[in-house]
Amino acid sequence: MIAHWIKSFTLWEFVKAHWLTLKYFFKPKATINYPFEKNPISPRFRGEHALRRYPNGEERCIACKLCEAICPAQAITIEAQPREDGSRRTTRYDIDMTKCIYCGFCQEACPVDAIVEGPNFEFATETREELLYDKAKLLENGDKWERAIAANLAADAPYR
Amino acid sequence: MTAFFQSFGIPFEAAWLLSTIIGILVIALPLMLAVAMIIYADRKIWAAMALRRGPNVVGPFGLLQSFADGLKVFLQETIIPSAANKGLFLIAPIITFTVALMAWAVVPFGAGVVLANINVGLLYILAISSLGVYGVVIAGWASNSKYPFFSAMRASAQMISYEVSIGFILICVVLWAGSFNLSVIVESQRGYYGFLNGNGFNPLLFPMAVMFLISAMAETARAPFDLTEAESELVAGYQTEYSSMAFALYWLGEYANVILMCALNAILFWGGYLPPVDWAPLYLVPGIIWLFIKILVFFFIFSWVKATVPRYRYDQLMRLGWKVFLPTSLFFVFLVSGFLMLTRYGAAS
Amino acid sequence: MIQVFAFYLFAALMLMAGALTIFARNPVHSVLWLIVAFFNAAGLMVLVGAEFIAMLLVIVYVGAVAVLFLFVVMMLNIDFAELRAGFVSYLPFGMLIALGLLAEILLGLGVWKAGPVQLSLRAAPTPADVPNIEAIGALLYTRYIFLFEMAGIVLLVAMIGAIVLTHRARGGVKSQNIDKQNRRRPGEAVVNVNQPIGQGVEL
Repeated sequence: MIAHWIKSFTLWEFVKAHWLTLKYFFKPKATINYPFEKNPISPRFRGEHALRRYPNGEERCIACKLCEAICPAQAITIEAQPREDGSRRTTRYDIDMTKCIYCGFCQEACPVDAIVEGPNFEFATETREELLYDKAKLLENGDKWERAIAANLAADAPYR
Repeated sequence: MTAFFQSFGIPFEAAWLLSTIIGILVIALPLMLAVAMIIYADRKIWAAMALRRGPNVVGPFGLLQSFADGLKVFLQETIIPSAANKGLFLIAPIITFTVALMAWAVVPFGAGVVLANINVGLLYILAISSLGVYGVVIAGWASNSKYPFFSAMRASAQMISYEVSIGFILICVVLWAGSFNLSVIVESQRGYYGFLNGNGFNPLLFPMAVMFLISAMAETARAPFDLTEAESELVAGYQTEYSSMAFALYWLGEYANVILMCALNAILFWGGYLPPVDWAPLYLVPGIIWLFIKILVFFFIFSWVKATVPRYRYDQLMRLGWKVFLPTSLFFVFLVSGFLMLTRYGAAS
Repeated sequence: MIQVFAFYLFAALMLMAGALTIFARNPVHSVLWLIVAFFNAAGLMVLVGAEFIAMLLVIVYVGAVAVLFLFVVMMLNIDFAELRAGFVSYLPFGMLIALGLLAEILLGLGVWKAGPVQLSLRAAPTPADVPNIEAIGALLYTRYIFLFEMAGIVLLVAMIGAIVLTHRARGGVKSQNIDKQNRRRPGEAVVNVNQPIGQGVEL
């Protein structure tokens, strides 16, 4: 009883709490120095989309439209036409990145591993229009991130 | 300084006006800089206690963060809600900001270094800080919006409640010092036990110092008493409808108030511009440096508490103010005056 | 020169604020103008050397009383049409009060013109060298101690009376006993039991 009174009048619990936070004050930081340090990310990380090519430069996408069908946010729009050599290719492949929920269904649905979500998550833009990706942008992404994407796919392959 | 200007042949009135304006600028401009840096310090301390890094990108160690924020806010559009009472809506932040600056007129930065050395300095500060509530209340009413209005209600009740106990705490200090003049109060704190400077070392006044610290947090609506802007309940409280410079003025005014309360803590209880230990070599350091060090220590405590204690519930806040602080401070007024009657003034009668 | 300027500034602002207090349509604006008037009155007090009274005016009236006014007025939902409805019926009574006040002002002016108030006849002339807060204190706690304490007791009785009259004990309200909560220790709140299988836990 007396101990309780002494404790409440000396604000003992507050002193204890402040001692604790003071100890944490001098501890090393738990957060990383983000733009300069980055967390390792999983090979399954679902970031910015990319359209891949075969090593000979031919684009993989065969316009089967499975990704368009499965996309729960209906972010993908595809139009297709036979090319001069008779192969079926897309004439238009748009992804509205503002709609996309990054569920990864498109890359799961793709029979030829053409549309994939790469490891890049730093693609903020200054205008909304820049987030409406077209085929050229997606292919460019594929060329830019091909090495990382291929490595990720290879790393994840045993588990599929 | 008036005499200095008079020596150039300027008439007394003009010289007085000139020297006062210069004095105001000399206090207000560095204060604004101090506010910018103290906001940065607040964020850094808070971050460190949460094991985060805090602002570290703009300038070396993020030192220029506040200025970047200020620039950003300055370039924003001032949005006035169509249902708001325009005049009052814009006057409110100006009141908060001006009032926060006004109180600094009587703060002594060194022996005799004070803009207005008035006899009722402490009452002046009490009066000015009681004006501070108007900025919040007017903002809450003029916004014509629910959350600011609730916030204004809370703010007015909270500030009035804690002013009462602050008043009694100040009475204890005034009784001990025998004056309302802040410079005299500082000078009266020399030589506790022959070597310590500060009322806080007095066992009768130390509990008052702690209570004043807590009341100061409530008076400036700092965490854990920041119910006026409790973001989980009231969005941003009275600032909800504000943007741009009006918002920035609130921000500046709030932190200027916090620094003022830190300064008052230092002046009333921990010796103001006197060094903490009454030892001759320490007097070589200018008094203003000691005051700054003390203000910084108290600001660290403010931030520390903010990082540690969760927000109080409103009824708990009122209970603490009226049922705990008011009786305790009243009892200490009785205790201090009784002690003084027995020792200092007893012999005279 | 500065004193004269300050006097006319404060006085003009005070008169203006006082007039606007009456003429403002919105009651909240009225209260705010009243606050401006209080503040300028405090400024005038400082000018005549009564800094203690000035600070008291700001602390008590501006800092506390006017906040409560504002508090109440802000909560009111005023219907202006209804307010003006009784204007004509109250007019004679209002005029009567106004005439009374006018007569008082004229009387005051007349007496003032008749000759200055005899400062030396005051009970306690303002001492020149003592700060007036000390002078007031010395007078209040010696000569007028009885009146002072009586005023305090009257206010205390009024306060307690107001609380007694308005307080009603409401039944069925769960209130918190904070002291009881604080006294609770982990030992009382948590029980470790090793319950045999098949038997329910006793709570």
